[in-house]
Amino acid sequence: MEKTVAIELKGITKTFGEVVANKDVNLDVYRGEVLSILGENGSGKTTLMNMIAGIYFPDEGQIFIDGKEVVIKSPKDAFAHKIGMIHQHFKLVDVFSAADNIILGEKAPRFDMRAEVQRVKDEYAEENKRFEEYDESEHPGALAYLQKPKYHSNAQLNLKLMSLPFEEIGRKIKFNWLSRNRVKAVQSIANRFGFQIDLKKKIYDMSVSEKQTVEIIKVLYRGADILILDEPTAVLTPQEIEKLFDVIRNMRDSGKSIIIITHKLNEVMEISDRVAVLRKGEHIATVNTAETNEQELTEMMVGKKVSLNIDRTLPHDVVDRLIVKNLTAVDHEGVKVLNNISFEARSGEILGIAGIAGSGQRQLLEAIAGLYKVNEGEISYIDPFNNNEKVDLRSKTPVQIRELGVRLSFVPEDRLGMGLVGNMDLVDNMMLRSYRKGKSIFLDRKAPKILADKIVEELEVVTPSTHTAVRKLSGGNVQKVLVGREIAASPTVLMAAYPVRGLDINSSYTIYNLLNEQKEKGVAVIFVGEDLDVLIELCDRILVICAGQVTGIVEGRRAIKEQLGLLMTKTDVDENQISIDELTIKQETEQGGEEQ
Amino acid sequence: MWIFLRKAVRLSAIYLYGATGEILTEKSGHLNLGTPGIMCMGAIGGCLGVRAYVGTLSSLAQMNGFAVVLIGIICAFLFGMLGGLIYSFLTVTLRCNQNVTGLTLTTFGAGLMSFVLSSIDQTGFSEASEYFRMGFVNGQDLDWFSTLFLNYGTLVYLAIAIAIIAAIVLKKTRTGLNLRAVGENPATADAAGISVGKYRYFATLTGAGIAGLGGLCYIMDSLLGTIDYEVEAFGWIAVALVIFSIWKPDLAIVGSLLFGILLNAADAMQILNKGLIKTLPYVVTVIVLVITSIINKRETQPPAALGTSYFREER
Repeated sequence: MEKTVAIELKGITKTFGEVVANKDVNLDVYRGEVLSILGENGSGKTTLMNMIAGIYFPDEGQIFIDGKEVVIKSPKDAFAHKIGMIHQHFKLVDVFSAADNIILGEKAPRFDMRAEVQRVKDEYAEENKRFEEYDESEHPGALAYLQKPKYHSNAQLNLKLMSLPFEEIGRKIKFNWLSRNRVKAVQSIANRFGFQIDLKKKIYDMSVSEKQTVEIIKVLYRGADILILDEPTAVLTPQEIEKLFDVIRNMRDSGKSIIIITHKLNEVMEISDRVAVLRKGEHIATVNTAETNEQELTEMMVGKKVSLNIDRTLPHDVVDRLIVKNLTAVDHEGVKVLNNISFEARSGEILGIAGIAGSGQRQLLEAIAGLYKVNEGEISYIDPFNNNEKVDLRSKTPVQIRELGVRLSFVPEDRLGMGLVGNMDLVDNMMLRSYRKGKSIFLDRKAPKILADKIVEELEVVTPSTHTAVRKLSGGNVQKVLVGREIAASPTVLMAAYPVRGLDINSSYTIYNLLNEQKEKGVAVIFVGEDLDVLIELCDRILVICAGQVTGIVEGRRAIKEQLGLLMTKTDVDENQISIDELTIKQETEQGGEEQ
Repeated sequence: MWIFLRKAVRLSAIYLYGATGEILTEKSGHLNLGTPGIMCMGAIGGCLGVRAYVGTLSSLAQMNGFAVVLIGIICAFLFGMLGGLIYSFLTVTLRCNQNVTGLTLTTFGAGLMSFVLSSIDQTGFSEASEYFRMGFVNGQDLDWFSTLFLNYGTLVYLAIAIAIIAAIVLKKTRTGLNLRAVGENPATADAAGISVGKYRYFATLTGAGIAGLGGLCYIMDSLLGTIDYEVEAFGWIAVALVIFSIWKPDLAIVGSLLFGILLNAADAMQILNKGLIKTLPYVVTVIVLVITSIINKRETQPPAALGTSYFREER
């Protein structure tokens, strides 16, 4: 079957102030295909898609849909051209039910007065004709009178025509009314594509995967033929990703065009038919997925050869550095967010923490850092500079912890909320960690300035100067600044929560290498990640938590992705189950050790 | 007793106008602290309208009750909308800080009121007020039912009708759904094809118009056509009432009645310190804030985007 072009971009350019987000991009998407858009952070993928979806308006260039040039000025126009976008940060109203979110913004069907007039005229003429042709003798009996067509005079016709404006208003009001069966219309769409979802559930009660389903149904409900998904897999478990891919394949087979933005190469290879690569706002190439490989794509994306291997060395001089025992914490609603968690973080080792987002990873790290109240359990630190003395960290504030001489660095997941101050420049952000050291009453900006310069240089932070507000940097650069600052404090324990979230491949590997460097220096690294492939490649041991409970500790070199996925979703923890799991893992490790 | 309640209901109408208007505005994500000023502007508009109408008459006996009430209402509504227009032009189009704009508008409205109304010719106001206060049943010795339900002026019934309509529109129509979406998450609404700016203008202008009626109600219904500059104080209580009624116009009816009773109690009870009782509405509002924060249910929280401007291409 010859493939037809659904949407074509010609010479699209978009600038924000002085920053060129997209430059002269040409791209076409066929019907019934999955196109991946690949590129580093700040390569302009999302901006480009936002222009198709009507969020941004291109400065230059043309967009053709089905061969005709169109102007997409707003999301409304995009809907009119059957384009739907599922944004990376879901565009859903939390306090609405799923169904209400889906029907949101729906326009009343157009009331075409001219067509309606014609319809009424035709209808009446038809009935008048039947009246004239009606032969009473053919229809005997009492029913004949009822079945007899009625004759409409001109006056009746005019009256009916005059009532049409009122009918229009009536229909508008009827449409505007939120009837109870609004759920049904949405349900039928959901059923047609095989989605399982409770449409009356409020969004704030939903999991990430459910929210994504709502987004997809929303776009389909609007009758979209071209679907754009912006990093749809970033927050899903492997099982959920499989389900999503099935849905995408389903939609592709029904003739829809699907554009996926993603960082993850393995997913690109798995799902897409073609890949378009962007670099620094420019379109580099579009290739058929079957004719390329991950290495080639990376090179196109980065513009130079990069090694995609994480250099994991065997840990040496392993000693317990941080011991967490039976840690339990309750949130303000009385829900146990941490439930009887025990583990050790060892020096010279990376301990990965895997789990579905919101399983208690954040609270665990914050509890260790002294930011979250713990109800039960122990957190103790073995101080290598003080005869390996045990220091109790539980229920201490961050300042107290520092005063005890504990070198704990924390890279929180909320970079601009907890890690850095967005409106302050790099130098001042460096100072957040050191301002207490000053002796004068005035600030000393020299040392932080040197540190900021050093970080910018060593980690290749792209910034106009060290006096730029951190908020204005791209996600990857913000992360580099934060990690750089935390590492500069020469920690003995380094905790990093999702340090590569939203980062492109190149930046991600920079961060991984930084973590590995720290590990070799003998730091106990705790790494909370979401990409299981990376966790398996990077970590020496992986702690899996689910709903605040440890469901298993797996040896990184022996871990299997599916097994981690299962542990992540295990709802009730069966004591025996775990020990068996651990046993098999142990056996595997031993076997692995023999092989080596 | 019935007279006391009746008086409370009449006072509550002023709060109710302000609160309903403010709820509509806040549901679109605009924290309009200019509501007290807008109520002042409504009072100005109403007085100017009535004055202009009286000016066309050769004698006060010619006054048409229907016309004077209608003109008063329309002028108050339009002047309120004018205040809303200033506010929404600054906050929606120019994306100024909403709190600063609102507070400025309040100062402006209150000042304008004392400037314009101090020199206005008040002939015919008390006669006009009679028409404003005319109920279904009038007279001195009424039974309790008539006193409590039938003996109010147009503006009191209108306040309750508007609050009920606003509640229905917000809860039961797509317009209301879209409006709430704009206030909860403008980016989402925009992506769904809803014009955020249009809805915000629409909600703010309508809300301001309704709040403007509150000023008219104060002058023509409560003060019997005399002029007083205390409208601003009523406006602040109306803003507090929005929080009290957790952004629901139907609850605002109950809330305004409670506030009306509290205020009236201050006047009725001579023994206690009046000032102390006048703080009660605020105390009650604080209690409600504490309770809703303890319950911590998403539905009792203010619209999520309250107080923020929206710019689509913001990065």
